[in-house]
Amino acid sequence: MSEAIMKPPLAERQTLLGWLRKNLFNSWSNAILTVAAAWLTFVTLRGLITWVFTEADWAVIQTNLRLILLGQYPIAQVWRIWVSMLLLSFLIGNSLSIWGKGKTSTRFTIGLVVLLAALAFVVSGPSRTWLLAMGALLAAGWWLARGAGKAMRSVVGIGWVIWPLIFILLLRGFGDGGPLPQVGTNLWGGLMLTFMLTIVGIVFSFPIGVLLALGRQSDLRIVRWFCITFIEVVRGVPLITILFMAQLMLPLFLPSGVTIDRVLRAMVGITLFSAAYLAENVRGGLQAIPKGQYEAAYALGLSTTLSMGLIILPQALRLIIPILVGQFIALFKDTALVAIVGLFDLVGIARTVLAQPAFLGTHREVYAFISLLYWVFSYAMSYVSIRLEDSLGVGKR
Amino acid sequence: MANAPKAHANPPFWRDERVLRLLAQLAFGAAVLFFGYILIQNMVNGLRQQGTTLGIGFLQNTAGFDLAETLNHYTRSSAYIQAFLAGLYNTLLVSAVGILLSTILGIILGVARLSSNVLVRNLATAYLELMRNLSLLVFLIFWYLGVFLKLPLVRDAILWPGNIILSNRGIGIPWGIPTETWPAFKLFLLGGLLLALAIIVIFHFQGKRTGKAPLAIVWAPLAFIAVAVAGWFLQPAAPLSLDLPAVQGLNIRGGRIFTPEFMALVSGLVLYTAAFIGEVVRAGIQAVSKGQVEAARAIGLTSFQTLRLVVFPQALQVIIPPLTSQYLNLTKNSSLAIAVGYPDLFYVSNTILNQSGRAVEMITLVMLTYLMFSLITSIFMNWYNARVRLVER
Repeated sequence: MSEAIMKPPLAERQTLLGWLRKNLFNSWSNAILTVAAAWLTFVTLRGLITWVFTEADWAVIQTNLRLILLGQYPIAQVWRIWVSMLLLSFLIGNSLSIWGKGKTSTRFTIGLVVLLAALAFVVSGPSRTWLLAMGALLAAGWWLARGAGKAMRSVVGIGWVIWPLIFILLLRGFGDGGPLPQVGTNLWGGLMLTFMLTIVGIVFSFPIGVLLALGRQSDLRIVRWFCITFIEVVRGVPLITILFMAQLMLPLFLPSGVTIDRVLRAMVGITLFSAAYLAENVRGGLQAIPKGQYEAAYALGLSTTLSMGLIILPQALRLIIPILVGQFIALFKDTALVAIVGLFDLVGIARTVLAQPAFLGTHREVYAFISLLYWVFSYAMSYVSIRLEDSLGVGKR
Repeated sequence: MANAPKAHANPPFWRDERVLRLLAQLAFGAAVLFFGYILIQNMVNGLRQQGTTLGIGFLQNTAGFDLAETLNHYTRSSAYIQAFLAGLYNTLLVSAVGILLSTILGIILGVARLSSNVLVRNLATAYLELMRNLSLLVFLIFWYLGVFLKLPLVRDAILWPGNIILSNRGIGIPWGIPTETWPAFKLFLLGGLLLALAIIVIFHFQGKRTGKAPLAIVWAPLAFIAVAVAGWFLQPAAPLSLDLPAVQGLNIRGGRIFTPEFMALVSGLVLYTAAFIGEVVRAGIQAVSKGQVEAARAIGLTSFQTLRLVVFPQALQVIIPPLTSQYLNLTKNSSLAIAVGYPDLFYVSNTILNQSGRAVEMITLVMLTYLMFSLITSIFMNWYNARVRLVER
């Protein structure tokens, strides 16, 4: 009997029918809209599910999964990619426990570990061991960084800065003999090349973009004009023209005898393109800093360089983190264009797969799978950025 | 320095900030010029070794390749410059159609995102999340190879009501063919247009004078339509005869046939860009504070007047700048036509580049053309933006 008294008042509870009526059928026009939308959803989902489970032939993906993910990277050297992934998992584990929030972070970490274990269950061979190791390191990283102080935070922050460099150097290798023989960029391909182009684009466009933004704000007239011209020209043309310029004109600009390989040319193009957009975003951040901050820094006797580096830039960059993440996601999606200049990134490798006699005409399957890969990674990045915004308190100061 | 420093003496020139600034700028400018000079020098030397020089005279040479669809009278014996212009017109066509359709779809999506209907709202959100995390290039290729080229052959073509024919060779829709009375009818259309413009101007000044302007946006199109309809029936014969597409053997004949390349490119760009425009529209509507609407209703404006005089002008102010950049993005993204084989500016230029070997000239030309688009659009949009901006008092 006492339980009945504890129940909330009946009036606040909604029946299913009541909810439907209130939200979907509260007027004639709304009812029509609801029916139309429901019909659209039903038809789309039915078509999609029928195709995915009965009509599509996924053998092409199963056979070529390695090619799609890693390109022609030599099998004997694949351990290097796995080692980089192990480091990455450890860093992600650390970051989740440092910047994540309580229960959500715990759940998210557990979810990731379960996902990795599930993937390990699906695949076979050495990949299984590596995936399990990734899960273990992620959990270990999470556990170790619990209750970490400020020092640990900076260590992890520095880790994020040097990880891309380790990744690039490890994958490329040095010299012919030795433990890390060089793997030519002509063998790079698939998702790995897409990641590589994105990472190089982010890492190198960042300093250039910040310098361009500062140059645009500078009161040295020649410097300002130069920066404005560069930014506006690059932003005014499509990425594909810049990639073509990098492929065809860059070799011409170099002294005769100096060659530069195709992947590197694409990287130069992507970096310059990204730097111009980044410069505009950084400028937005700089303009949002109140003038008092500049004046206070000046009053303290800081030089222009010091006041920029210690006072203005840290605040400006913190302000634009969400915008920067958005830009990096766009960059990730844009790297697909290198396929047009003949590199074997995800899209380029799709052409190789589709040229195999056994899988002619499987365009839908291959491109749907590649779209899915782009979608999953872009979505994951935007999700992480929202988390990051929350925990850094962007926009709440 | 034996002299004791005086309090108000000018500092020596190497510590004078103005001089230092000047020197820094000169040094920077000299470095840029020097670096640029070396690059150009390398390029000219390299080209000389290949036995070519720079110049755009080659644009007069015969092109010698076919283009699938052109708006000018291009044939394979035309000059390169004609091919380039054909590509330019195609880019303009794709951009114009794309901008128009993506704006309509974008507004629908933006309003749907704010709908009180749970299903509609979530459907719009799902669409947005789907689209903005896709790579446009992959989407276009999938859309072209996986959808438009997988339509049935012409002999099994799908027939839609309204005589629309869908096949993997193209999509045919009914179209009008000008008859002998068409030139006279065109004069009526021109007259209608002038009348509509006159109405807009007159109503504008009347509004300024009396404060009570009739709705130009309703009356001007009405006047135009009335003149057009009158012109249509005043002619001895109809100015346009209806031409229905029909399957004839292995091809579609009659009507207007859109190639799969054009359809895939335009619809792909529209579906992608509309998702972003939808977000712009939603942000614009949400940016108008609720108090504005309440205040407008409180002084007795009807809900339509509230929308037209209070909400819309303020939302527009927020919407215009990001909308402009979306339009420019669409125009620039139309260069991905090369992935679906539609002969736009970039595709044609690339063909010219491959045929003539003139990489430097062609890339420069293409970049300058796109840059011009951006410049013209931003000038126009800045002017428009200045017009709709609220004057703060």
